Amino acid sequence: MITLNHYLFVSGLLFALGIAGVIIRRNALVIYMALEMNLNAANLALIAFSKFNKIVDGQILVFFVIAIAAAEVAVGLAIIVALYRRKQSVSVDELKTMRL
Amino acid sequence: MNNWVSMYGTDWALGSHGPICSVWIILFGPLVAAAIITLLTSKQKGLSAALSIAAILLSFALSLRLFLLFTLKGIQHIPHVIHWLTIGNSIRIDFGMITDPLALLMLLVVTGVGSAIHVYSLGYMKGDPGFSRYFACLSLFTFSMLGIVIANNFIQMFIFWELVGLSSYLLIGFWFEKPSAAEAGKKAFLVNRVGDFGMMLGILLLWSHAGTFNFVELQQRVPGLNLSVGTTALIGALIFCGAVGKSAQVPLHVWLPDAMEGPTPVSALIHAATMVAAGVYMLCRVSWLILPSAAASTLVASIGGITALMAATIAIAQNDIKRILAYSTLSQLGYMVMAVGLGGPTQAMFHLTMHAFFKALLFLSAGSVIIALHHEQDIWKMGGLWKKMPITSWTFVIAALALAGVPPLSGFYSKDEILFLAYERNHVLFVMAVAAAFLTAYYIGREVFVVFFGKPRDQHAYDHAHESPLVMTGPLLFLALLSVIGGWYSKVPDFLGPPHQAEHHSLLLKLGLIATPLLGFLVAAKVYWKPGPSDAPVKAALGNIWTWVENKYYFDELYAWIVKYIQGTIAAGCDLFDRWILQRLGIGGLSAGTGLLGKTVRLLQTGSIPGYAFLVSLGVTIIIYYMVIR
Repeated sequence: MITLNHYLFVSGLLFALGIAGVIIRRNALVIYMALEMNLNAANLALIAFSKFNKIVDGQILVFFVIAIAAAEVAVGLAIIVALYRRKQSVSVDELKTMRL
Repeated sequence: MNNWVSMYGTDWALGSHGPICSVWIILFGPLVAAAIITLLTSKQKGLSAALSIAAILLSFALSLRLFLLFTLKGIQHIPHVIHWLTIGNSIRIDFGMITDPLALLMLLVVTGVGSAIHVYSLGYMKGDPGFSRYFACLSLFTFSMLGIVIANNFIQMFIFWELVGLSSYLLIGFWFEKPSAAEAGKKAFLVNRVGDFGMMLGILLLWSHAGTFNFVELQQRVPGLNLSVGTTALIGALIFCGAVGKSAQVPLHVWLPDAMEGPTPVSALIHAATMVAAGVYMLCRVSWLILPSAAASTLVASIGGITALMAATIAIAQNDIKRILAYSTLSQLGYMVMAVGLGGPTQAMFHLTMHAFFKALLFLSAGSVIIALHHEQDIWKMGGLWKKMPITSWTFVIAALALAGVPPLSGFYSKDEILFLAYERNHVLFVMAVAAAFLTAYYIGREVFVVFFGKPRDQHAYDHAHESPLVMTGPLLFLALLSVIGGWYSKVPDFLGPPHQAEHHSLLLKLGLIATPLLGFLVAAKVYWKPGPSDAPVKAALGNIWTWVENKYYFDELYAWIVKYIQGTIAAGCDLFDRWILQRLGIGGLSAGTGLLGKTVRLLQTGSIPGYAFLVSLGVTIIIYYMVIR
């Protein structure tokens, strides 16, 4: 029998993997993918809650998340393209100008 | 609003509001004059002087009218009060007036002597670049002094008390380009502040017990309060501090001789006739507060007696024509304060009035001499002036005789009243007062003989000396008349209160008191009434004492020492505290701490995006840990 906790465990694992990806990887595109994994881990948790609690709100929220993630990808990829044009690289190690 | 209508709208001849509205005009006339002079007419010298003189003459006329209304028709005091401010539920401060006989007499003295001095100033200050400023200050002073006189509560009196100090400062330092004058003004102001601080404490202490500032209410309430002996004495002594400062009693007398740096009419008006008498006036106004306490009244009487004798001894060794008079003023003020302390405010006020006449006259005559000799003030450069300046000389002589207390001049009556009082109440003070009376005749005799008689010592100055114009001699003659006949109006003491109980003193005492000044004059004549007089015989006879009195008992040096070492040490300690504890540790520590914190936190700003991501995740994790799990 698959219970709520199983779903949440997978969701948490996915989220942790995402965070680890964001922190460890240096390529901006890969960091982006890891971020998407975080969002989808949250989506999984929402759907699991929605299913087990018999409330549809969680599923509606997931649609919002998907829509916003799409918009975010559009903006983020644009930024990465702009960055590449400027630095000829997508490595975040090149982006150390944001400090005093 | 009603008050103002009644003040200016109705008759001020004899109507029910008549006396009241006159008092407001008496008070505010000089202030208006001062304001107009300062704001509008400071360029037109003649107009400024005319305004100032017109204001005080108006005040004089109205005061005289009030005085006559009271004495002849018995029109009584109508209290008139403008409510000024309320603080909380308990503090109510009025701007009121009091027009009892005491105030009426003082009004008359201030405006009467003041008028003479204003007119005299026209001649004395002629051609001075600050002519208009001088008259503005003089009018401001008159306003402040009249304010003290009619004040009906302590706060109002204190405000005018400080205003008087301010105008005194302005006038002492009138020739501020002269460093000594500027210094003297500062000294007078600071020394007065010492006394005034005590007075303020006294007022607050009294208020904390009685709950009112009003003189009439206080007089009714205080006896019923059953204050302890210590409290009563403390209140009396603290309030007396104000008088010690303003009336220049020992140990705060040091400012008055230096105040002679001001123009001579100022010395006559402020530092002889009126302002310094304000302390005595205030003591008379609240004598019911001081006299019930044996300790306080003994303190007052002793300070007065000591001042009277000490100042008289200093006066015998001074060489400045005005400084001798300044010490003489100190001595006479000592008499008045002593009289208050011995339970005789009436006698004190009587002497205050007479003293205002003859001491103003002495100063004005001295001023006439100073002008004639082109600002020479050393008596050893004068001599034989009676031939050149008859009016000045003879008025000075009259005033000198009045000061010494030679019958039948004014000083005789008032001074003997005080001496009789001392004889009845306290024999030690009586002996001191008689000694002071002897010295008074001696030092003023010395001044008269050296300045006006004998041979001229500075031939050049003598040749150029001339009698002053009528605008200066007129006031001299007016005051000389008052100095002669002032004491004859024997009702003055009665006017102030219950008739003085004329105790029958032995003929011997009376004769002795008449003989004392004559003896003083004789001794002075023996030493100085000869060709080429000098201090040498007295100096030889007195030895070391002469050095002490010549140096004014080293009071200035003592105070300089106290200020330099004791006050200086405290100031250095405060400076150290301020510099090291407050500035370095407090303010410096705070800024250094903030800077250090900033520098530490700045290390987090690495610019590395994964690093930021890590920190954000860490932060969120910690927050969730605390919110959910704990």
